[in-house]
Amino acid sequence: MTLYFLDFLLFMIGLYALVTKRHIVKKILGVAIMEYSVNLFLILIGFKMSGTAPIMVADMDFATFIRTAVDPLPQALVLTSIVIGLGTLALMVAIAIRLYERYGTFDMHEINRLRG
Amino acid sequence: MDRILPFFVIIPVFSAVSTLLVSRWERRKFPRIWSILTVSSLLVLLYFIWDKGVLVHEMGGWKAPFGVVLVKDSLTRFMLLIINGVALITLLYSYSYILKREDYLRFFSLFLLMLAGMNGVVLTGDLFNLFIFLEIASIASYVLVGYDIGAEELEAAFKYLIMGVLASMCILIGIAIVYSVTGSVNMADVARFIETNDIVDNKAILMATGLFILGFGLKAGFVPFHAWLPDAHPSAPAPISAMLSGVLIKSLGIYPLIRIFYNVIPMSPVVSNIFIFLGSISMIVGALMGSGQIDIKRLFAFHSVSQMGYIIVGVGLGTPLGLIGALFHLLNHSVFKSLLFLSSGAIQSSTGTRNMKKLGGLRESMPVTSGSAVVGALSISGVPPFNGFWSKLIIILAAFQVKNIWAASALILTAFLTLMCFVKFQRHAIFGEASEIVKRSKEAPLPMLMSLVILGILCLAIGLFNQTIITNIITPAQEILFDKGAYIMSVLGNVGGG
Amino acid sequence: MEKKVESGMSSIVKTITSVMVGFMMLFAGYFILFGDEVPGGGFPAGVMMALAYILITLAYGREFVEKRVSGITASKLTDVGVLIFLFVGFFGLYFSGTFLNNFLQNNESLFFTSGTIIINDVAVALTVGMSLYLIFLALAIFGRVVCEGSLCKDLGRDSEEEKE
Repeated sequence: MTLYFLDFLLFMIGLYALVTKRHIVKKILGVAIMEYSVNLFLILIGFKMSGTAPIMVADMDFATFIRTAVDPLPQALVLTSIVIGLGTLALMVAIAIRLYERYGTFDMHEINRLRG
Repeated sequence: MDRILPFFVIIPVFSAVSTLLVSRWERRKFPRIWSILTVSSLLVLLYFIWDKGVLVHEMGGWKAPFGVVLVKDSLTRFMLLIINGVALITLLYSYSYILKREDYLRFFSLFLLMLAGMNGVVLTGDLFNLFIFLEIASIASYVLVGYDIGAEELEAAFKYLIMGVLASMCILIGIAIVYSVTGSVNMADVARFIETNDIVDNKAILMATGLFILGFGLKAGFVPFHAWLPDAHPSAPAPISAMLSGVLIKSLGIYPLIRIFYNVIPMSPVVSNIFIFLGSISMIVGALMGSGQIDIKRLFAFHSVSQMGYIIVGVGLGTPLGLIGALFHLLNHSVFKSLLFLSSGAIQSSTGTRNMKKLGGLRESMPVTSGSAVVGALSISGVPPFNGFWSKLIIILAAFQVKNIWAASALILTAFLTLMCFVKFQRHAIFGEASEIVKRSKEAPLPMLMSLVILGILCLAIGLFNQTIITNIITPAQEILFDKGAYIMSVLGNVGGG
Repeated sequence: MEKKVESGMSSIVKTITSVMVGFMMLFAGYFILFGDEVPGGGFPAGVMMALAYILITLAYGREFVEKRVSGITASKLTDVGVLIFLFVGFFGLYFSGTFLNNFLQNNESLFFTSGTIIINDVAVALTVGMSLYLIFLALAIFGRVVCEGSLCKDLGRDSEEEKE
């Protein structure tokens, strides 16, 4: 249970960085921390304390396998989600670089030409 | 016959990738003709599988709760028709649209990837697969919004990107919670589990419900999640604005909400009230803020928010008539909103400005464009015999049927606000004295005009033949949503009850 | 005044890099070959390939790499990877009825212990590796792109006087 609380704390740290900081790169780092916490939450769902890897060796019967192994489905989901997060992060950094060229500043409070 | 279903995703991805491999041939003509051929072949495939009932395709040969399934039923074929039809007309329009950044290969390849993602979202029967296709379509649209890399486009793309990533994270947490309660991510399996164990009031399912409304509502652009929409839709190039406002916010935002809250987690009074409340606020706020805009594309974007409110009020009412009205309004909004955005793109590329105060008297120098813009404005305001009138009427009647006076009065008030706003648009931009900029401009090129005329004729035809369309296309879609047992049975076979 | 700039880093870094890159590619190949039994698979293999290329670019300089694997080649290899994946899926559809079905028998030979997964892993590693390398090139090596109207030019890293 404490694992879930710590994961939620990580999510809140990322959200705090995204909302409060004015520098673009700090906001991007906040988004990255939030993505890590969401992936960790997905893995924690299939986690058992002192569980084994979900690979069935030749001399294990089915009941012990179910009792001791961690859940493999969230691991497959997380693998895909990490790569999607990587692509989105790369896109964010590229847009941030070009924003600096156009506006001359990294401060998000001054990048607001679209208003109203 | 169910082997055709993966081709709706394979063919656009193959075309997108093969467009990028062309290096020395015609850099301009090849991607446009190739993409038009691709989407036409998709529409031909859709015609072949139109009447075949419910088709289920198991990917990789793994049976239903263990593997990923692709499901085609009446709601899916309805959404596929809208997505591919609007995409074909938009590709016809962008045949002669000049981008500020002359990299046409990547533009069309990203367009086709976005189309592949949207097709995958409506075809899949698995929650995590829905998330993956949603991400494909979203990332392609993030890049396409900031495609002309000017200052304002990049700022709009960055805001859209941050809020879109936030939405995707909320959806992923929701899917994780649903998996932890039910033990499966297959939609039919989750529906059967919730129904047989009767755990609708489970706290975890309630939290997943809230997260789904947050995530998918942000993709659809309800109030209070609408802040990216009025920045992103004007800054995109005109065909991308039409695709974004016409199909993307519906197939990534409204369709998953309809599918999840009617087929997977049953509609409870809490969810219904939330939908009606959010929808009413979206309608009124969107119409009010749209009336103060001078930029015509920003005005259209705010009215997109308002019309999304109409659709979600229809969904939230929960009656068959409300759902028929919502789906019909979805179809109509795709047609007339893309018509409005494409005509504003034609106006911008001919006159060079989007400011309503500087335009005026367009009907003398650009007659066809202004005629189709007038058709679009009349449709969105709900003037008979165009198509907007019938769908708005059905939703208002459904609201009166349930005796929900607040929703009905919000609907009627918004209809008046929309009419007022578009009368102002027509007076400033189309009728009136011609300014100097307008006098020097000429009519748009022929492919643009053809697509505008096709959309205008569709507006009129859907309005005149609304009875036929409702009985043949929309009522089967609505029935499959109310009949959860049939959905479970057709996907899972005879495994378990249902 | 022309000053001959020696590209890349010092010769110590170059020597060690040329040894390490071979091991990195071997590691990536190990992930691809045994990815179905051992934790690994296509994605870490692609990341190791991209890291190998990035290390060569950092150590040897931009001109050395552009003669061998340029940005255009990397972009095309990404597409080739996706096409291989699509063709494997299509052949699954053609032979066995459903998309991405396994059309090779599960025999106990060295390569095909899990059917078509290894071909999918090769495609995924190629795509992911070349994409990450292309991202690195676009962020750090390619210069600024300045667009005025319809004309976009790519300024190099050392054209300081053409900044807008």
